[in-house]
Amino acid sequence: MENSKTLTAAKHHDDDLHILPDKTQLNVFLALIILTIITVTASVKYPGKIGIGVALVVTPLKASLILMYFMHLKYERPVFVIMFLVAISILALLMGLTIVDYQFR
Amino acid sequence: MNTQAHDLIDNQGTAHVHQDPIGAKTGMWLFLFTELLLFGGLFIIYAVYRGQYAHGFTEAASHLNVWMGVTNTVVLLTSSLTMVLGVSSLQRNNLGLAQLYLSGTILLAFTFLLIKFFEWGAKRDHGIFPGMEHLHSMPHGEGLFFNLYFMMTGLHGIHVIIGIAVMIVLYNRLQNGTLTRENQGQLEYTGLYWHLVDLVWIFLLPLFYLTN
Repeated sequence: MENSKTLTAAKHHDDDLHILPDKTQLNVFLALIILTIITVTASVKYPGKIGIGVALVVTPLKASLILMYFMHLKYERPVFVIMFLVAISILALLMGLTIVDYQFR
Repeated sequence: MNTQAHDLIDNQGTAHVHQDPIGAKTGMWLFLFTELLLFGGLFIIYAVYRGQYAHGFTEAASHLNVWMGVTNTVVLLTSSLTMVLGVSSLQRNNLGLAQLYLSGTILLAFTFLLIKFFEWGAKRDHGIFPGMEHLHSMPHGEGLFFNLYFMMTGLHGIHVIIGIAVMIVLYNRLQNGTLTRENQGQLEYTGLYWHLVDLVWIFLLPLFYLTN
């Protein structure tokens, strides 16, 4: 009895779709637009170090918003987040080592 | 649909389509990781050459139209929003609304390509296009910048075209009733792909348009 109950619950859990409210997605979208405006304004008004610095900070922030909300990563099982972190770490390692290699050659 | 897909019959005698949402989603993410590394490789080439030809890159970037890049960013971000809203609508079993949002996403994707077309056309008028004499005779750093620009935005553009093709297929499936809440994963995973295309563009914007 206990077992079948858990089984039904588990089955229901799998069928249940986690749907974010439209309002949340709209807010994420507005945040993305505002961050885009910030990056572009910084780059046009303060070309050079400040502009590039702002882009370096804001662009990964925008990427995280898309990954977490639009791509739903924040609400997936941990395994998806771990897989993503492994993939992005490999890319970062590849990128970092190549750039360091060229800088100090 | 193949025969293996619906061989499960429950007590009531209704046919069940066997689905494995976790497995399907894992597969989609694994594919997206390969995409990440594909574009990542090009980002590395960009970073290394920018380090070597900083001046040429800045000089070449000043010839790109910032506002076209920004407009296209807003277009793609909006298409990502209509995509998530479309997926949510389908998951809430509102097929009509899902179809409306999906058609909006397709239209925005075409808008993106149209703007890109004019942008590339303007560069072509100035002799800056792969294979053209003027591009070959440019100083090394500037030539590299424009070749990377065409390579990376071109590869991204191909992804947009593929996305449009898949979305049109799904639109037709919504139309003829073969895509419903039961197999909404098709739209959800297409959405994941579409957001990745958006994600890549978000990095292309500062790399090519905001470099002066």
